[in-house]
Amino acid sequence: MTAVLGALGRPVLMAIAALGRVALFAGAVLGHILRPPFYLRELGTAILQIGWYSLPVVGLTAIFTGGALALQIYAGGARFNAESVVPSIVAIGMTRELGPVLGGLMVAARVASSIAAEIGTMKVTEQIDALVTLSTNPLKYLAVPRVIAATLSMPVLVAVGDAIGIMGGWLVGTTRLDFNSAAYLKNTTDFLEVWDVGSGLVKGAVFGFIVALMGCYHGMNSARGAQGVGRATKSAVVSASVLILAANYVLTEVFFTT
Amino acid sequence: MIELSGVHKRFGDNPVLQGVNLSIASGTSMVIIGGSGTGKSVLLKCILGLIRPDRGTIMLDGRDVTAQSMSGRDRDAFLARFGMLFQGGALFDSLKVWENVAFRLLRGEAALPKAEARALAIEKLRRVGLKPEVADLFPAELSGGMQKRVGLARAIAASPDIIFFDEPTTGLDPIMAGVINDLIREIVVEMGATAMTITHDMSSVRAIADTVAMLHGGVIRWTGPVSEMDETTDPYVQQFIHGRAEGPIESVR
Repeated sequence: MTAVLGALGRPVLMAIAALGRVALFAGAVLGHILRPPFYLRELGTAILQIGWYSLPVVGLTAIFTGGALALQIYAGGARFNAESVVPSIVAIGMTRELGPVLGGLMVAARVASSIAAEIGTMKVTEQIDALVTLSTNPLKYLAVPRVIAATLSMPVLVAVGDAIGIMGGWLVGTTRLDFNSAAYLKNTTDFLEVWDVGSGLVKGAVFGFIVALMGCYHGMNSARGAQGVGRATKSAVVSASVLILAANYVLTEVFFTT
Repeated sequence: MIELSGVHKRFGDNPVLQGVNLSIASGTSMVIIGGSGTGKSVLLKCILGLIRPDRGTIMLDGRDVTAQSMSGRDRDAFLARFGMLFQGGALFDSLKVWENVAFRLLRGEAALPKAEARALAIEKLRRVGLKPEVADLFPAELSGGMQKRVGLARAIAASPDIIFFDEPTTGLDPIMAGVINDLIREIVVEMGATAMTITHDMSSVRAIADTVAMLHGGVIRWTGPVSEMDETTDPYVQQFIHGRAEGPIESVR
């Protein structure tokens, strides 16, 4: 009996302990954001790496998602003669949910992994210790620029993804589903509200923060050797993805109920 | 003067340091010998505050510098006095060689202009026997021996008064090891710095040391001037310096 309780309790305690460590790490990073020194060159590099180079991945994800969405809504809408809702539902679906969530997950796969692998390797090869001996705080030098860059870049990526996703829906709608191009676009703009897009951008910023935070946290706590770095990379992607989906639910609840 | 008293550190069930007492006079070169896994690196990292000792105190020129007892600003001032050469070089591979060497000079309150820092970096590179062309390469483009030299140039770039060397010759061929040993000795003498080296390479000990200390079983087993090392009757030191498989030190660790 005690063995069963132990088996149940141990993972719960470990999960709570991990959550506490992540929260402390996040607090330390936030504490360093406003205090000098500021590493602007590192911030610029991070924006390029995290934001700019993620554009192709986010764009491709969005265009195919928008297209598939149009097909599905058309097929579903046809069951009760509501095919005309395709443009507005594609737009709302992309901006509120799929743009930020799928964009966030793709960036998690691309960016959380590379941050964790890079910082993990630095830890394993004593580069983090070397930073300390050169009077440089590793959190400030490595984590803060990446967290700021991801939090700022992600809303821009989501906005681009939204536009490309809606374009994907329009492409499929006008070429495969007999929509009139002007009518499709008018229908999209008439029904789309500012907050549909705005809520998605806020989600994007939160997801960006999560991605960079998980990458840095797991990288800095990497165990020794190639295996340690591999495990840190995997943990960063998995935890970032799960936290994005969980945060998405919470944010949706906060934004769109009551 | 660096003074350690009763420094303890345990990792899980493994008590690595069990009361280390050691003092290193200013301007002298101390070499700490001991087998792999005896805690030499841990000891060095405790002094730098990269690892927090469980118990004991570390004093630098009469001030308590144990990591726990220092504020951020004091710690910055403390670290500014140190240079360290890491075992694998620990060069930042995203930065060019000269940016590595000038890392400390380019940052902080007393940061130098870029051109000045670069010139100083090139001068330090020349001091360790590297040509100015190396300055614009990335660390991954260098051989192991060259990386060690760049690491050495970085350690001395800000003219520290205390320099730590973590296994400076490990992974180098005997000739390159000799070159690095001589370079370390020259630089330490010329800068008048206090040096602390950890190694298990006896040729390094003879080339670099003024005094030697042997770490075994979590304590300093023997310490004395390098000239007395060969005469000591301590069986642990004798076994170590002659590399015998038989003796009080267990060969399976």
